[in-house]
Amino acid sequence: MTITRVTRRGLLRTGAVAGAGLALPTYLRAQESGFTNAPTGDTVTLGFNVPQTGPYADEGADELRAFELAVEHLNGGGDGGMLQTFSEKNLDGTGILGKRVEFVTGDTQTKSDAARAAAQSMIQKDGAIMISGGSSSGVAVAVQDLCQQAGVIFMAGLTHSNDTTGKDKKANGFRHFFNAYMSAAALAPVLESLYGTDRKAYHLTADYTWGWTQQESIQAATEALGWETVQNVLTPLAATDFSSYIAPVLQSGADVLVLNHYGGNMVNSLTNAVQFGLREAEANGKQFEIVVPLYSELMARGAGENIRGIPGSQNWDWKIENQLGDRYKGTNAFVKSFGEKYGFPPSQAAHTCYAQTLLYADAVTRAGSFNPCAVVEALEDFEFDGLGNGPTLYRGADHQCFKDVVVVRGKENPENEFDLVEIVEVTPTEAVTYDAEHPMFAGGNLGSCNPGA
Amino acid sequence: MLGLGKKDTLLLLLVTALTLCAPFLLNPFPVNGGLAQFNAGYPDLMQRFVIFGIFAIGFNILFGLTGYLSFGHAAFLGAGSYAAVWMFKLLSMNVLPAILLSVVIAGIFALMIGYISLRRSGIYFSILTLAFAQMSFALAYSVLTPITNGETGLQVTLSDPRILGVTANADGSIPVTHLFGIEMRATEVLRMGAWEFQFSAGYYLCAVMMLLAFYLAIRIFRSPFGMMLRAVKSNQQRLYYTGVNARPYTLAAFVISGMYAGLAGGLLAAMDPLAGAERMQWTASGEVVLMTILGGAGTLIGPVLGAGVIKYFENIFSKLNENVLHGWFAFLPDGIEDVLVAVIYPFVGKGWHLTLGLMFMAVVIFLPGGLVEGGQRITRLFRRGRSPEAQRRRTPAE
Repeated sequence: MTITRVTRRGLLRTGAVAGAGLALPTYLRAQESGFTNAPTGDTVTLGFNVPQTGPYADEGADELRAFELAVEHLNGGGDGGMLQTFSEKNLDGTGILGKRVEFVTGDTQTKSDAARAAAQSMIQKDGAIMISGGSSSGVAVAVQDLCQQAGVIFMAGLTHSNDTTGKDKKANGFRHFFNAYMSAAALAPVLESLYGTDRKAYHLTADYTWGWTQQESIQAATEALGWETVQNVLTPLAATDFSSYIAPVLQSGADVLVLNHYGGNMVNSLTNAVQFGLREAEANGKQFEIVVPLYSELMARGAGENIRGIPGSQNWDWKIENQLGDRYKGTNAFVKSFGEKYGFPPSQAAHTCYAQTLLYADAVTRAGSFNPCAVVEALEDFEFDGLGNGPTLYRGADHQCFKDVVVVRGKENPENEFDLVEIVEVTPTEAVTYDAEHPMFAGGNLGSCNPGA
Repeated sequence: MLGLGKKDTLLLLLVTALTLCAPFLLNPFPVNGGLAQFNAGYPDLMQRFVIFGIFAIGFNILFGLTGYLSFGHAAFLGAGSYAAVWMFKLLSMNVLPAILLSVVIAGIFALMIGYISLRRSGIYFSILTLAFAQMSFALAYSVLTPITNGETGLQVTLSDPRILGVTANADGSIPVTHLFGIEMRATEVLRMGAWEFQFSAGYYLCAVMMLLAFYLAIRIFRSPFGMMLRAVKSNQQRLYYTGVNARPYTLAAFVISGMYAGLAGGLLAAMDPLAGAERMQWTASGEVVLMTILGGAGTLIGPVLGAGVIKYFENIFSKLNENVLHGWFAFLPDGIEDVLVAVIYPFVGKGWHLTLGLMFMAVVIFLPGGLVEGGQRITRLFRRGRSPEAQRRRTPAE
């Protein structure tokens, strides 16, 4: 049988290998370097794990573009992008610590299991020393946990749940993106000035860690204004049609609909809401309003004109330096190199992934080692500027970045398809900073850094 | 040997040899060579090979022997995973109690679902099992979130009690899964010139479990009980007319295959302590059906081969992206290179499902007996001298 032939070959090979093994006992183990996947040759491998399918596929594609751009800039290609504006000047285009940067990609499918399998294969097969990416907090939490166990650094991409740097925080994981609490803190004053203090809110919430914490944060912030929460309905992440969830909203007595949805979910639920006439409706004698706490240009593009006038928050916007000046320097440099390479401006997902890659490379350079524990030390309580968000702090207590938050709304008369969002105001860092032991973030423990084998 | 016939002993030895040497067999290409991405010998994937092998072997006991096509086996896999992770959270990080509990829970679960579903046969049975599995998925995904942690998946944390183990290590990290001190993630790397072979403790635990599962399956196939199950497949009506009540047998087969699925789920959690609801989704149930049919339903080794092929596609082919293709065809003139890449690209990377689907169609159309039949046909080519008589004397249910 064919199978028998395979065994015979297998046996022969085993025999040969055993013989060779006796002849040259080069029994190398990971311990020799002291940490997992220590780069040995003249290259270093980074793993970019993004959703290429599923509800967040658009964000994933944009993240991947940003990663490729970041690697190009680290290796000295292109115009260098934000390397020129970054407050640290350690990166000179010769890779990281003189090693050329290579990368592998994986598809998270927006599923925790698949994301972990993809990350495992990057760590075990491709020898990735750092994993980045993720467009879902559920996935980010799961992959961060895996990286902690495997002993590699996780530089979170787009993840907005409080839990990522709250109850599920890990010593090996770092987040540049803002979170649900910051969104709520930045959005509340704007909502007050737009819609007043006497409102009844109805929440539709994506049923996973991000949705839960997003809803909790917005509810707390709006109730502090005097708003009332009528109801919170959880919707499955995989849902594509939200009409059955939208239909009861008008009869509920609410006059504001808060869509705690992101990506494809938000595009679909907003479209459904507009189809049901919620935007023209009146309730309790007031105009009915829709709020989308977490916004992105990609979603605005997907939702088309339905997005007009709807407020939300962003981590960053590609127009911010042009409109608000030099404080946000780095933005234009990044938009220029991204635009020249791909032909359109980057989304905030792309920006955070690009920034994370640079921050990692810089931390390794400052630490002088790829050892995860050295990198953790270099990143903790690290202050930097010039990456498009203004002065930023990587807080050591929970590995969360603190920076300004952008409050935006859908433009009424967009000039082109990339100019769909206008900046309403920028909430300064102090207004969105919270204590590391805040109840919404309590219950976690960083643990200690794990360098792996 | 071990109560097996000569042929079965040979088969068992063959499978044993293949699984134990898998780290060598699956890494045939040098690490830095261009073909290195076809290497499958890294712990996570090897573990998946054997774990899904167990899942498919178990499924085959039901489908291959009785002909009852269950579309809900992923529910048992998921239940097993959740049970195991809860054991890690509450009891200790030792994998043994976790695996035991996952088998028991899946068995109980299978007993309940099987008792109801087996009142019908054929397509109605398939639909019932599918309905139960989707119910379980919905429960795990959004209703029972305190138990399952919904979309995020159930994970071990630093605040779990772990009454027989430690809540957290002295250095503040989460303890890892182990078998009496042998860490499941422990991996020895053997480097030989350009080659690299990884020997993982977790893989060998899974491999031993799969060999036990495989041995048990052989015994079931060759037992009077197995014969009764084949009788159910060939003509259930006739069984009832002769006064035999077939339901206890089918229920037993259902529960056994459910326990196999539970074992697979428990092992998945033991290798990586996380359980997600998507393990229960109908696509996961469909996957095991594909594995079994692709390899050869009703044969002993077929399901294992099928599981291997599908997992290989999922993990290796899905990672071939455009850059890799351009690298391969870089020696060609630009125009031809672009055309070739454009033609091949839809079939790799994100499109691996397409390739798998085409392959599945080809197997079902040309080799109804699966990959095993393919193997048999090739063997027959080499043994053409034999009389056709000998070939016809195969047992019908196989």
